[in-house]
Amino acid sequence: MEFISIDNISFSYSDSENSNLVKNAVDNFSLKIKKGEFIALLGHNGCGKSTVAKHLNAMLLPDSGKVYVDGDDTSDEDKTYDIRKKVGLVLQNPDNQLVASIVEEDVAFGPENLGVAPDVIRQRVDEALKTVDMYEYRTHAPYKLSGGQKQRVAIAGILAMQPQCIVLDEPTAMLDPNGRSEVMSTLLKLNKDKNMTVILITHYMEEAVLADRVIVMDEGRILIQGTPEEVFSQVELLKKHRLDVPQATELAYKLRGCGIKTGKIPLNDEDCVKMLEEVLK
Amino acid sequence: MIRDVAFGQFFPGKSIIHRVDPRAKIIMLTAFLIIIFCTFNYLSLLLVTLFTATFIALSGVPVKFYFKSLKVIVFIVLITSVLNMFYGTGDPIWEWGILKITLNGINRAIFITVRIICLILASSCLTFTTSPTDLTDALERLMKPLNKIHFPVHEIAMMMSLALRFVPTLLEETDKITQAQKARGADMESGNIFQRIKSFIPILIPLFVSAFRRAYDLATAMECRCYRGGNGRTRMKIIHMTKTDVISFCILGFIICGVVLCNIFVTAAI
Repeated sequence: MEFISIDNISFSYSDSENSNLVKNAVDNFSLKIKKGEFIALLGHNGCGKSTVAKHLNAMLLPDSGKVYVDGDDTSDEDKTYDIRKKVGLVLQNPDNQLVASIVEEDVAFGPENLGVAPDVIRQRVDEALKTVDMYEYRTHAPYKLSGGQKQRVAIAGILAMQPQCIVLDEPTAMLDPNGRSEVMSTLLKLNKDKNMTVILITHYMEEAVLADRVIVMDEGRILIQGTPEEVFSQVELLKKHRLDVPQATELAYKLRGCGIKTGKIPLNDEDCVKMLEEVLK
Repeated sequence: MIRDVAFGQFFPGKSIIHRVDPRAKIIMLTAFLIIIFCTFNYLSLLLVTLFTATFIALSGVPVKFYFKSLKVIVFIVLITSVLNMFYGTGDPIWEWGILKITLNGINRAIFITVRIICLILASSCLTFTTSPTDLTDALERLMKPLNKIHFPVHEIAMMMSLALRFVPTLLEETDKITQAQKARGADMESGNIFQRIKSFIPILIPLFVSAFRRAYDLATAMECRCYRGGNGRTRMKIIHMTKTDVISFCILGFIICGVVLCNIFVTAAI
């Protein structure tokens, strides 16, 4: 059975007075997510990605349709905390989601809220900080850390709650390239080593390429979904919706446009080098 | 500019004062502050001053930071001591119109000056040696009995610790906005005091807007991490009373006895 199942949800941010004027942020959206999957959710601003993310842990409830997490309906108020325990949400700005003035105390915030025993919290905090490679910084003040480090602390804060799924809403948008690769390698490690379900919302195509499944959203609906190869081979459709493709793919696409046979569409730098070798032979 | 204020800062360390239970420290500071204002003769004032100096020495925090914390209140100390000088009773030493200075007035001025300085130094000693988290944590535990009269102890402690957590973030933001406004040609250094205060409005408004946005984000993040108030919440760090705490309470008792004895056996100066 699927771990998360989104059935035909619609949601709009309207106030009650002029609800018919406001467009649905998410419109008849359905999606099934299996345990251990790494999903990248793409789309330009305002396409409803963040709204979908907030539906996954009952921060928002759908106007119509249902979201089930591990069999539990998110609109059931008694289940809200169980759902948030299972699905952790990391937000974009790391500065705004850290609650304590010391790294380890911030990571402890989640398990403290869950009422975990003090010695177990200690254990979970140490483990979570080691997973994101921030253990040496446990007694530091968050404001002295770099953006990537802060975001990893935020991820550790979610991990300490031992969720089964982690949803990240543009976690790398405010980071420099170094911070981005730090966060990405942490996520890949979590997904591969701990079989954690990861749902990553991003603007960066280079990050989306690393996922098992890519979902492109537009106007609150799914535009295309599939493996990175399947999605990024549809360059024209993506361009039409003002979305980029990875640079390597873009290059291959332009070469094709010039009438050069490129074979398989490359998604990363290595494949691109191979492709160019073939072309230049 | 704002960063220079030393009062309320924390200096990590391992001194004996750092190690005392934060709850014990708060209780002792409160008691000590009361004692400071119960000194009525020079002997007890000297005793209190000596103990303040000992605390400073034991805290292991560089003395210059204590002086920095005093810098902020120089003005207040001056005004209160000068005012007190003219409010004394008894025979005037010096008179000019309605203004007169008496021996009693001078004594009062000295007492108020020393008391305020001791007060600030002792409080600085607490904030310098206790991390903000420990401090709010201790306050929450100390005020727990107030829960019975429906006083929102946990909420207030949480607000305090969040406010402290965002001090550096908002300071950084203030600097950024100031620079951004300067880059747009804003003038903050010239003009009289009113013009200068007015020139701060373009900094304050964006700062407030961003603070609200941050607060909204923070609330979401806290809910995502299953925050639902103080009920059913556990803590990672448990604080225990240790031998150090017992000894420090004994020292406090000694100070109280000393001041009380002085007040009984030595004639009051004010």
